[in-house]
Amino acid sequence: MAGAALTHRETPTVAVREPFLQRRGFVGFLFMLPAAAFLLIFLTYPLGLGVWLGFTDTRVGRAGVFIGLENYQLLWEDSLFWLSVFNTILYTVAASILKFVLGLWLALLLNEHLPFKAIIRAVVLLPWVVPTVLSAIAFWWIYDTQFSIISWSLMKLGLIQSPINFLGDTTNARITVILTNVWRGIPFVAITLLAGLQTISPSLHEAATLDGATSWQRFRFITLPMLSPLIAVVMTFSVLFTFTDFQLIYVLTRGGPLNATHLMATLSFQRAIPGGQLGEGAAIAVAMVPFLLGAILFSYFGLQRRRWQQGGGD
Amino acid sequence: MTYSARPADPALTDESLGMSYLNRLPRRIVTIYLPLAVFVFVLLFPFYWMTITALKPNAELTNFRDYSPFWPSSPTLQHIRYLLFETSYPSWLLNTMIVAIGSTVLSLAAAVFAAYAIERVRFPGSRWTGLAIFLAYLVPPSILFIPLAVMIFKFGIYDTKLALIFTYPTFLIPFCTWLLMGYFRSIPYELEECALVDGASRWQILLRIMLPLSVPGLISAGIFAFTLSWNEFIYALTFIQSSENKTVPVGVLTELVRGDVYEWGALMAGALLGSLPVVLLYSFFVDYYVSSMTGAVKE
Repeated sequence: MAGAALTHRETPTVAVREPFLQRRGFVGFLFMLPAAAFLLIFLTYPLGLGVWLGFTDTRVGRAGVFIGLENYQLLWEDSLFWLSVFNTILYTVAASILKFVLGLWLALLLNEHLPFKAIIRAVVLLPWVVPTVLSAIAFWWIYDTQFSIISWSLMKLGLIQSPINFLGDTTNARITVILTNVWRGIPFVAITLLAGLQTISPSLHEAATLDGATSWQRFRFITLPMLSPLIAVVMTFSVLFTFTDFQLIYVLTRGGPLNATHLMATLSFQRAIPGGQLGEGAAIAVAMVPFLLGAILFSYFGLQRRRWQQGGGD
Repeated sequence: MTYSARPADPALTDESLGMSYLNRLPRRIVTIYLPLAVFVFVLLFPFYWMTITALKPNAELTNFRDYSPFWPSSPTLQHIRYLLFETSYPSWLLNTMIVAIGSTVLSLAAAVFAAYAIERVRFPGSRWTGLAIFLAYLVPPSILFIPLAVMIFKFGIYDTKLALIFTYPTFLIPFCTWLLMGYFRSIPYELEECALVDGASRWQILLRIMLPLSVPGLISAGIFAFTLSWNEFIYALTFIQSSENKTVPVGVLTELVRGDVYEWGALMAGALLGSLPVVLLYSFFVDYYVSSMTGAVKE
């Protein structure tokens, strides 16, 4: 992107375009205006407002006053907050690793020569296209304590004696929400990595095969290194969206049982909207920012490396 | 960049056949077809389950002993009829449609100008603006909804569709701009230079040259933005109170669940009907979807 910019700025037609170069700043400003104004009002300002709210005791229907770090002090001593931090990290790490492994596997499978490849690829993306809340409602019914189809099938097969309590038990509930998140996230990882796989030249694999490389060695020393820049970006997106996930938990467990699945996002919502403690909710949301910055920096260096590999400047 | 997701490149596909003689069929069944079948089954089963639950009469829903759970013995449309005529479901569908179209049009309009300015007008600081747009896309709704709720209350648009039409572009504009920047980059610069030499203004170039050439990119961005706003949940849950203004995901979750009695048939019918519009749109534009998804990540 930046490389293209530099070359075009030095095009020999500068003399012809001189009047436009002078007007360039103005035209750019004019064209940027709608988007910039909108984002400043509805994105940048709320971000700042959120930070400010975190320092106040604002409630629903009552403007708050500045109380310094009191919200953060309360959170620091709040065991539920720390439980939600733990849950969020567990949820993000477990779900991201599973999404990556299974997504990469699916991408490798889809990269094979298959009959009906286009249809399979289209169908695989469905979990990602359908509204999360609506598919989560379907899962809610699949995980029903009495009439779960999974329990019924396993009991018919004689593998278990009594129905599995998917969402009622703390450990089970954690595993269940993580697996449901993985179900929803696999298609995104798989399809984007598949696009990356298709850019790897088959001749590399052929050459390695002639030299006697096993399929594992080809994967480890050709596919993975060629894919790693894309993996960095895809996984950053995946980590970001998993870390800030709200919908799935809200539908399946609302943070229960015994707050075992409460994430920072759901806790923030619960304190702020039904609880009315806007200031405290905002403080929890702000506490998510350091983690997000970490993920973005990770992505930034992933992108840098990719640019360098392509031989671009910068 | 945008089309890299398609298997179109014939050279690649042909050559990949070259080594498949190394895999004999029995081996392929175990290493490829079986895992793939499991993946497809797991990924699709919830939709199958959603569909047949929506079609089962209430008696069959919880009676696995007398009826096969995997097939509706006497399919019925009673849940769908209940949904359409005895709940506010039709108005939720309409609301979601209005909000999705409104916010998509708004975002697309703003994004076209912004992307053109960043990518082609190259005003001073355009690179930093591009980076800022990318960072804006990474700001998640879960940290914005509280301050946005406060603002929306102050603006007096709480509990209206306007609240959603104005807040959805916070994630749609960055996404569309980023996507369109990639698309504009693929259009040859010379076309524009010719027009500049001939005395066209920037406005004319954008309208007469860039827009007609970037119709596929606009479609990608448009359907993607539509889907994102159709699927949005946390803003709709926070900013909308009254039943008649709710969107489908919020309405199904908050209005169809009454107390402890879950009407699973109606819930599944609601989920099914609510998914249909995006699934239909998706099935018509699969390639655009895939290209916008991979394009957004790969840039």
